[in-house]
Amino acid sequence: MDKFEKLTGIAAPMPLVNIDTDMIIPKQFLKTIKRTGLGANLFDEMRFDREGNENPDFVLNQPKYRDAEILVAGDNFGCGSSREHAPWAIKDFGISCVISTSFADIFFNNCFKNGILPIALPQEQVDLLMADAEKGSNARMTVDLDQQQITTSDGEVIPFDVDPFRKHCLLHGLDDIGLTMEQAPSIDSYETQLSSVRPWI
Amino acid sequence: MSPKTLYDKIWDAHVVHESDDGTCLLYIDRHLVHEVTSPQAFEGLRLAGRKVRAPEKTIAVPDHNVPTDPNRLAGIKDEMSRIQVEALRQNAADFGVEMYDVDDIRQGIVHIIGPEQGWTQPGMTIVCGDSHTATHGAFGALAHGIGTSEVEHVLATQTLIQKKSKNMLVRVEGKLPPGVTAKDITLTIIGRTGTAGGNGHVIEYAGSAIRELSVEGRMTVCNMAIEGGARAGLIAPDEKTFEYVKGRPHAPKGAQWEMALEYWKTLTSDEGAHYDKIIEIDASEIAPVVTWGTSPEDVLPITATVPAPEDFAGGKVDAARRSIDYMGLTPGQRLSDITIDTVFIGSCTNGRIEDLREVAKIMEGRRVKDGIRAMIVPGSGLVRAQAEEEGIADKLKAAGFDWRMAGCSMCLGMNPDQLAPGERCASTSNRNFEGRQGYKGRTHLMSPAMAAAAAITGRLTDVRELD
Repeated sequence: MDKFEKLTGIAAPMPLVNIDTDMIIPKQFLKTIKRTGLGANLFDEMRFDREGNENPDFVLNQPKYRDAEILVAGDNFGCGSSREHAPWAIKDFGISCVISTSFADIFFNNCFKNGILPIALPQEQVDLLMADAEKGSNARMTVDLDQQQITTSDGEVIPFDVDPFRKHCLLHGLDDIGLTMEQAPSIDSYETQLSSVRPWI
Repeated sequence: MSPKTLYDKIWDAHVVHESDDGTCLLYIDRHLVHEVTSPQAFEGLRLAGRKVRAPEKTIAVPDHNVPTDPNRLAGIKDEMSRIQVEALRQNAADFGVEMYDVDDIRQGIVHIIGPEQGWTQPGMTIVCGDSHTATHGAFGALAHGIGTSEVEHVLATQTLIQKKSKNMLVRVEGKLPPGVTAKDITLTIIGRTGTAGGNGHVIEYAGSAIRELSVEGRMTVCNMAIEGGARAGLIAPDEKTFEYVKGRPHAPKGAQWEMALEYWKTLTSDEGAHYDKIIEIDASEIAPVVTWGTSPEDVLPITATVPAPEDFAGGKVDAARRSIDYMGLTPGQRLSDITIDTVFIGSCTNGRIEDLREVAKIMEGRRVKDGIRAMIVPGSGLVRAQAEEEGIADKLKAAGFDWRMAGCSMCLGMNPDQLAPGERCASTSNRNFEGRQGYKGRTHLMSPAMAAAAAITGRLTDVRELD
């Protein structure tokens, strides 16, 4: 997994609430058997028309946001389907950090497995970051995971919370499965006990 | 010992290891796998030289991509869909996982076949790379959707790294009015709490109206827990649950059945258990509902009118404006004046035998209105066979419905069953998101009874007012 340590980049504003994973990556792109290449279709039905022409109004089509690496979004980002294709598409596009007031649980989880840092903040602070993002490409935001703080283009510092275990894994790009495999003896003994307590399992 | 909720009990029984910060390694009893969210997980195992730890606790079934036309055994025409189903077949064979293939009568929507085959049992932890895994919570199991990285994690270790969610209680007390069903309950709850209301929580549904529901009705309620933001919804098991599980192919047998039963009877929340959030709903006030917008929280009684964006606050004002525009509606328009083109009956929310019986009952002596495309997609091959045996299939076909093979079908439009741009659908599925059922398609969610009523009149209709 890619590490996430510190990122300075352009933030794109998407104030719409309840952006669901069907919007992030529509169903027709879930037929792949790979994890890569989905960035081309991120927000496909908002970004392109039926013929594949760009919708010039869509935020990521505007020249100033084409290279965005941070997304500042409305409430409840990532709701709906569990598809991990959503964070794969976001990451493949080049975005590694999403900021909102709240996230759907499964999407939030999936981000951490893919080197993406989702940050939940109170409304007031998201409003401030949204305003900063709206300044365009001259305004670069810095997200520092180690220090757990965001610095706006004006130098204002906003601290954020992150689960310590997830922070550790993200900072070091650790693979969950490898870590769990180290606990195989605990799993073995759980299964031994299970076979006598609930043998029908 | 302090009193525990049902969720606390199941959680505690599955902790393999707990770290100082509360992060737990949780044992997973059953893992359901389908073709869309698993190929990258199996590929990951191959690349790392890992095996499936407990193939006997895993089943595989293709459902999202499979066509539902009766000629599908001739092969899937869409090449990418075909490759995905073939990949599942290959992966199941390579890793020793049982699979219900397209030509197997047991094939169907993953959340229909788990309970049908008795894989789903009270007290279990059940996961699947699909958010509607919450369905299995109807049996008093802790069941939730996971991403593909977690699918790989469960395949390799039979565990998940988790932090415990909060407890939320939704109590529905009282008697449901005539014409009101489990679907109306679950949609009404989401309308009340919003799609983020359950974020970070596991919902326990309780109260007399929930107890009164059949096990299949309870599955409809739990199925949409995710639409309210909760990863899992569950209902304490009771005699109805035990009766439903008994005798199914993978249910415990003999002495193990007795042992299981004794354990399952302990799976209720203790008196005085703590809930972080409690929602109370009076069942007698629930009406037949439909959705008007593009979020499952956009729920109103069928007797209401389309709202105006100004009726909302905050970010929802713009979202409502966008929804009303996308749905081609006018604020103030009566919901029952909205005409439809298509009726879809099926999905993991409402594709079970009781749903089809309900539709057959409404259609008795009535027909699908001319010009309306109406399809029924049974949730599994076995549901389809049972409906045929009961004579329901013939009645529905005679009433003008298209009788399909089992699969996810038009719930998510990953297969040929899709809406055309602008086409409007009365749907028993679970999501009305933009483009969900087809590019620019317009979805109104409702119960099977309400969808049948819409099929008869060609517009959204109060099922209580059918002649």
